[in-house]
Amino acid sequence: MSDRTIDRVASATPPPVARKIRGLSDRAIAWIFVAPTIFLLLAINIFPLIWTIRLSFTNYKANRIGREVKEIGFRNYERILTDSDIWLNMQATAHFLIWTIFFQVLIGFTLAWLINKKFKGNDLWTTIIVLPMMLSPAVVGNFWKFLYQPQIGLFNYIIAFFTGKEPSSFEMLGQVNLAPWSIVIVDTWMWTPFVMLICLAGLRSIPDYIYEAAEIDRASKLRQFFTITIPMVLPFLMLAVLFRGIENFKMFDLVVQLTGGGPGSTTELTSINLKREAFEKWRTGYASAYAIILFVTVFGLASIYVKALNKVKER
Amino acid sequence: MMSFINGLMRLRRGPWEMLATIIIAIGVFMLMQPFVIWAFTYSFIVTLTGTVMFIIVSHFPE
Repeated sequence: MSDRTIDRVASATPPPVARKIRGLSDRAIAWIFVAPTIFLLLAINIFPLIWTIRLSFTNYKANRIGREVKEIGFRNYERILTDSDIWLNMQATAHFLIWTIFFQVLIGFTLAWLINKKFKGNDLWTTIIVLPMMLSPAVVGNFWKFLYQPQIGLFNYIIAFFTGKEPSSFEMLGQVNLAPWSIVIVDTWMWTPFVMLICLAGLRSIPDYIYEAAEIDRASKLRQFFTITIPMVLPFLMLAVLFRGIENFKMFDLVVQLTGGGPGSTTELTSINLKREAFEKWRTGYASAYAIILFVTVFGLASIYVKALNKVKER
Repeated sequence: MMSFINGLMRLRRGPWEMLATIIIAIGVFMLMQPFVIWAFTYSFIVTLTGTVMFIIVSHFPE
């Protein structure tokens, strides 16, 4: 008798079970192993999605269990898509999405490019830069709230130092024109390291011999940057844009901690509005339709990006 | 342009995916633009059409 674990397990298996397993094909055994995962996926992802689609055509309210649920067709969709307040929420989301991605890609790529240079303390700087991304969004939201305080906040003092204004003369979280930018700054601070790490992976995947060949051909540094570095890092950058785009479209915790959607509804992103409809106003059917609209948008965007990513990879 | 139209006529994946992508992009722009509310109203149907189209045409031959 061999001492291998597999043999010991086989000998310990009761004979009736062993007989049953021996009668199964490889395909059947594979299905037995995969089935729990498929079942979990169906239960956790697919079933709630189908249920949400069903609820989106009703006037269901989750806080009124005994109430008769009526089928109202596309009325929830009609209400959402003709509501000017939701249109404003979409614009706030677009502002947040566009500017965070722009700054994160710009700063993230620049940092990656600098970190990729060989210098003393390289690893230490990488660790320090990556720290914000490891913090909880709730914690980040809370301490940036302190930094933005008009009387004692460090941010106001730094701005005042450079502009000569009074630190308490402006309120980042309380002014309608500044609040959308305050959430952009915090998200950029927190998630730029993520983009930097992805860009760094891209930069480190470029073989040195390509640059050596370019040097032999007397290509300038600028030419090398635009014809070697940028095209070879582009798939990685697109991946970063995809991740951040989808994440920021769903952004909730950080903004709730910082502004709670205010002042007024200037920083009320779609996810915050959706939560209010679902769990404060308890309009479950309406919120389901809203969620489906957001889901289709994210799914569509993800399809575009995956296609673009594949195209860049083929080059 | 002719190869694009030929690809569409011969039900090839590339041009059809391109068309679906353009429709999705228009839909997302309509959803988030700050100019006219009617574009916002019709954005969902445009995005949904593009997304469903993308799922279908990604099974077309290359």
